Amino acid sequence: MIRLNLKKTLKSAGGIMALDLQLTIEKGQFVTLFGESGAGKTSTLRMLSGLLKPDSGTIKVGETTWFDSHKNIDLKTQLRKVGYVFQDYALFPNMSVRQNLEYALQKNQDRTIIGELLEFAELGELEQRKPETLSGGQKQRVALARALVQRPEILILDEPLSALDLKMRIKLQEYLLRVHKKYKLTTILVSHDIGEIVKLSDCVFELQNGRVIKKGTAADFFGLNKTSAKFRFSGEVLKIEKEDVIYVISVLIGNDIIKVVSDRTEANDLRVGDQVLVASKAFNPIIQKL
Amino acid sequence: MDWQPLVLTFKLAVVTTAILFVISIPIANWLSSTRSKIRPVLETLVSMPLVLPPTVLGFYMLVAFSPENAFGSWLNEWLGIRLIFSFEGLVVASVIYSLPFMVQPIQAGLSSLPSTLKEASYTMGKSKMTTLLKILLPNIKPSLLTGIVLSFAHTVGEFGVVLMIGGNMPGKTKVASIAIYDEVEALNYAAANSYSLILFSVTFVILLLVYLTNGGYFKRFAQ
Repeated sequence: MIRLNLKKTLKSAGGIMALDLQLTIEKGQFVTLFGESGAGKTSTLRMLSGLLKPDSGTIKVGETTWFDSHKNIDLKTQLRKVGYVFQDYALFPNMSVRQNLEYALQKNQDRTIIGELLEFAELGELEQRKPETLSGGQKQRVALARALVQRPEILILDEPLSALDLKMRIKLQEYLLRVHKKYKLTTILVSHDIGEIVKLSDCVFELQNGRVIKKGTAADFFGLNKTSAKFRFSGEVLKIEKEDVIYVISVLIGNDIIKVVSDRTEANDLRVGDQVLVASKAFNPIIQKL
Repeated sequence: MDWQPLVLTFKLAVVTTAILFVISIPIANWLSSTRSKIRPVLETLVSMPLVLPPTVLGFYMLVAFSPENAFGSWLNEWLGIRLIFSFEGLVVASVIYSLPFMVQPIQAGLSSLPSTLKEASYTMGKSKMTTLLKILLPNIKPSLLTGIVLSFAHTVGEFGVVLMIGGNMPGKTKVASIAIYDEVEALNYAAANSYSLILFSVTFVILLLVYLTNGGYFKRFAQ
């Protein structure tokens, strides 16, 4: 179990923000931090991994105290052994894929894990390549494999898939789930993508202005339990058009644009750019193999 | 022609560059990562030789190192080192004089690396030293090369500081730039010309090699 109790004054582009949050994360959970840019998500991850020092508070992981401002405990990043996947991947440009992984080996650690991870991440053919020659998805797989070399108990993913196209994202989401289960990790993800969050996480925390404003399972969170629909997709409102007495709302779901009819009261609640759930239960869908 | 001044010049430049390389890496690393309040002061001190007339630097070193004064006599009595009118003195003076030419490129190189590189290394349990040697320095090779070559070339071209603190002692402190001045004073233009031509060609070739290497011309040629 990870218990965070953090206070930190952050200076960001939008001015000064007082971060003050309490979080409890169960061991083995896949947890997502959700919220607007500048809400304090990345800072929370950085404080957990020791890259940023809180002004006050405590960080407890299992029975060990990593940080306690009253007892003057501040475990070095190097000793916290957190697997951290950075948004820009942070692959070492001077090393090949294999060397990037080997660098992460601990003293006297069994080297067989390198081969295992290269195979698992389907990087075998790329192992001699330098990071600059890899595609975004390949870099992401290297970064993830490298973070796992030291067998961390906690894996931190800071918007790991935001720079990738949809197809690659879906593939890597499945890959993240497999990794999470196979290595029995406690995984903490920062993400803006609702589809991704619903697919991956056990538990979601919404952050706003440095505070946790909402907590729950992904289904609770995005209102999925309110409907008994068998069909539901989340998407983004692109356009709201009035046609006679009804409104036609264009929603982007994945790469497809879907038009949904709505009445005036519903349409008044919606703005272009809103994340919405499109659900239906009263019809029988046709399914065809492509 | 007397080759001694040229040999002495390049010996001085090699020794100075080697010492500068070793001491500049920790200084540049500290300057590029610290948020300390004394950082601007230290940056100013490192950069001073860029703008200060070499004679000013030479004059103060002459005063400080003179056995007549406290520091100079302490060096002389306790360590048996005499920094005035000696090769060792020239080395110390050159190190101070060329410091910005080594520190600034390395500092700029380190600052240009994304901070996630070293953070990633720390999360893997690697020490600051390991991170510096295995991750940071190998990724700023062009900056290291620039630093080495600029300080080498700058030491070769040194005149004012050497004249003030080293004087003009053949085999000890008479470097090429001083020898040229000496020959011109003696109206011996032919000798002055041969020294000058050699310095001109050598520095041209060194700098050209740096620009070719850092511009990637050799890599493209090899492909």
